[in-house]
Amino acid sequence: MSTTTKTPAAPGAPERRTPSRSARLLGDRRLPVLVTAALFLAMYIAGLSRYQNYGFGDSQVFLNLFIDNGYLLVAAVGATFVIMSGGIDLSVGSVIGFTTMLTAWLVQDVGLPLLLVIPISLAVGAFGGFLMGYVIHNFEIQPFIVTLAGLFLFRGLCLVISKESIAIDDSEVSSLAQTRVPLGVGELSIGAVVALVVLAAAFYVLHYTRFGRRVYAIGGNEQSALLMGLPLGGTKIAVYTMSGFCSALAGLLFMLYIQSGDPLHAVGMELDAIAAVVIGGTLLTGGSGYVLGTLFGVLVLGLIKSIIQFEGTLSSWWTKIATGVLLCAFILIQRVMTTRKKT
Amino acid sequence: MAEPQPVLEMTGIVKEFPGVRALSGVDFRLFPGEIHALMGENGAGKSTLIKVLTGVYSLDGGTITLDGKAVRIGSPLQAQQAGISTVYQEVNLCPNLSVAENIFIGREPTRAGRIQWKRMRKEAAELVDRLGLDIDVTAPLSSYPLAVQQLVAIVRSVGTGDSDGEGSGTKVLVLDEPTSSLDRDEVLELFRLMRQLRDEGVAILFVSHFLDQIYEICDRMTVLRNGTLVGEHMVRDLDQVGLIELMIGKALDQLEELHDHQLHADVGESLMKAEGLGRTGGIAPFDLDIKKGEVVGLAGLLGSGRTELARLLFGADQPDSGTVTIGGKQVSMSAPNDAIGAGVAFCSENRKTEGLVPDLTVRENIILALQAARGWTRPIPTAQRDELVAKYIKALDIRPANPEARVGQLSGGNQQKVLLARWLITQPKLLILDEPTRGIDIGAKTEIQKLVVSLSEDGMSVLYIAAELEEVLRLSHTIGVLRDRKLVAQLTNGPEITPSKILETIASGEHQ
Ligand SMILES: Nc1ncnc2c1ncn2[C@@H]1O[C@H](COP(=O)(O)OP(=O)(O)O)[C@@H](O)[C@H]1O
Ligand SMILES: [Mg+2]
Repeated sequence: MSTTTKTPAAPGAPERRTPSRSARLLGDRRLPVLVTAALFLAMYIAGLSRYQNYGFGDSQVFLNLFIDNGYLLVAAVGATFVIMSGGIDLSVGSVIGFTTMLTAWLVQDVGLPLLLVIPISLAVGAFGGFLMGYVIHNFEIQPFIVTLAGLFLFRGLCLVISKESIAIDDSEVSSLAQTRVPLGVGELSIGAVVALVVLAAAFYVLHYTRFGRRVYAIGGNEQSALLMGLPLGGTKIAVYTMSGFCSALAGLLFMLYIQSGDPLHAVGMELDAIAAVVIGGTLLTGGSGYVLGTLFGVLVLGLIKSIIQFEGTLSSWWTKIATGVLLCAFILIQRVMTTRKKT
Repeated sequence: MAEPQPVLEMTGIVKEFPGVRALSGVDFRLFPGEIHALMGENGAGKSTLIKVLTGVYSLDGGTITLDGKAVRIGSPLQAQQAGISTVYQEVNLCPNLSVAENIFIGREPTRAGRIQWKRMRKEAAELVDRLGLDIDVTAPLSSYPLAVQQLVAIVRSVGTGDSDGEGSGTKVLVLDEPTSSLDRDEVLELFRLMRQLRDEGVAILFVSHFLDQIYEICDRMTVLRNGTLVGEHMVRDLDQVGLIELMIGKALDQLEELHDHQLHADVGESLMKAEGLGRTGGIAPFDLDIKKGEVVGLAGLLGSGRTELARLLFGADQPDSGTVTIGGKQVSMSAPNDAIGAGVAFCSENRKTEGLVPDLTVRENIILALQAARGWTRPIPTAQRDELVAKYIKALDIRPANPEARVGQLSGGNQQKVLLARWLITQPKLLILDEPTRGIDIGAKTEIQKLVVSLSEDGMSVLYIAAELEEVLRLSHTIGVLRDRKLVAQLTNGPEITPSKILETIASGEHQ
């Protein structure tokens, strides 16, 4: 019964139904991730050739990227969901800071066991995210505004717990923080392992569950997603809940990494997370990107930090400058790619 | 044949938007195994009725019965679960996802919560194949042109409820103007598919502004006008002229009145010439020659392409084909600025959204176009500006005659005059008026029409678009007749041209 159009394209209608190869390559959504991966590789090789004699080639230096940036990776994974859905979450850094305070206080001053503190702080973060998602959806307020309010709220709550930083000398915490998972060529911290597990879970959710595909659809076109009969509200609220959860988890990892709570921990870290997501090739307008790209985004940012450390004489502010330059470059690339696709 | 029970029955449907009553007490019913046309001019409320039915808009009154049971449909998701699949007028897919995903999203085949991509692609390919289409389902939707995207939307709606045994299968298929961007072959494909589904017992609600398509495929039709039900008819019982009368709400002989010609005769040489000008999805290529001092009227149903034609002449839309010459010189009409530079002015039909700035004063609104033409770096001297504004307020009798009044507070007719003044001040050679008299009172209407006559006597050319045929007829030297986005005839006005003659031309699509 398929006779009209299955026959080779009539001369009047040339290749209309199969996009050209070059168009498909340029339009390929994996391209930005590949660009970031290539950038990481190039930077790594450059580092190798420059600091070879200082042990840059040591496999542990590479693994340290995960140890030193595990919390950022977790936060950035949460941010990836939000940005993919076309939203933004500015409360990430504050929730991380608050979680360090909350856990430090609960462990140190209240004396709860770590095993209880972990689920409590995760639940608090997730609930905060849920509330923000609920307000965003039900009152149709810009995510930017709502999460900005969240940013102030959680930062303020830090000070409600204590105005001073709380050092942790709990033995459970320090033994967990010092635990290392041997890998043959080196070792990873618990934090790094957790971050990688979160990454893998996020990849699975985004690509193999209906929820994940809904996140892409809503980011692609919210109105269409609604008309296609997708549950808009539930998905959006879930996305912000997940981001809150990831922020709290990142806060836990940060607390392990630093072994203290401080009302000023992780100020502005939401911007690092967003930068990692964007450098990783996710479109700020939503609907396009990969969580694997976010991994490379975090690694690139981490690598900049280590290179600057190896350099020795450079101020750490150069990290910010390099991040800014990269961010500009990647946003320009995105811009070119999206306009190219339209024409 | 005794009438079976309707699968869908809507009674007394009311829907209000701020300031607009889009539906007032509409009844509608749909039988299994029929293709039912929902007819009405643009803005009659067709899309709104569909969105109320499918839970996009909430109901302000009335009931919906599905299979004899009263239902409340609160969201598009619930509509789908109740067996109503919809292709909305605006393409409603996600361009960032693949074709297969667009077909299946929300009901992807899963095992233990995990999406089975292979199976999904295979089933999508089969579905596309079964419908006789040749589309690579793994490609992103955005890599296809709009027409193919439209087809994918249709495939999705047909496939709804297919997998996993979820949903109850499609009982009602709603297609809101699905053919507007399809070419003839694609329309035929769609029709074949629609017949196939009808024969399987699906009830199909079909909206199209192409009358021929209605007569080709539909069994029954419901006609709406201004949000009210006009009637339900079997298609075979109502001819096209009768249908148009129902849609615009006037009997032919009523239109015959008010018909006197006092058109001035000194039409000059050619001013603007369009040759083969056209735009896919907008209007088919047309030739049009507007002479100096001539009034060219455009007649046709709402949605027949009148505005689209005007927008092409003004450079507001990009043509795909054809050329425009003004005063013998070819001009590229790639932006309104080109047209303005060549002496073309355009009064949009949406004076609120596209024309006037309601929060600025009358003076500021009037001066806007002139200032734009001079460039923003060269302000108009205050004295000259005030003089000009005063002159046009007086000439057009804008009330209140206060240049400092906020435009938003003026009545519709006076707003229209402000918009006119804005363009007249730039002294255009060709003035395009799109529905200048819509929604204004009868007094202001007559004044605007008088103004058009006097402008053309002074040598200005006017392209005049109006819904009311007698208005077009009274003012125009030449009448372009549009139908289904095509300029089907150009009639030279004369005693033998009557509203019924024009209506016949619209209905038959040719000039007898
Ligand atoms: N979302 C909306 N908000 C306000 N007014 C609307 C909205 N949708 C439609 N309308 C108005 O309702 C009327 C009917 O529109 P519509 O149903 O789109 O007509 P049709 O599909 O028959 O062309 C129009 O006057 C339109 O301006
Ligand atoms: Mg409509």
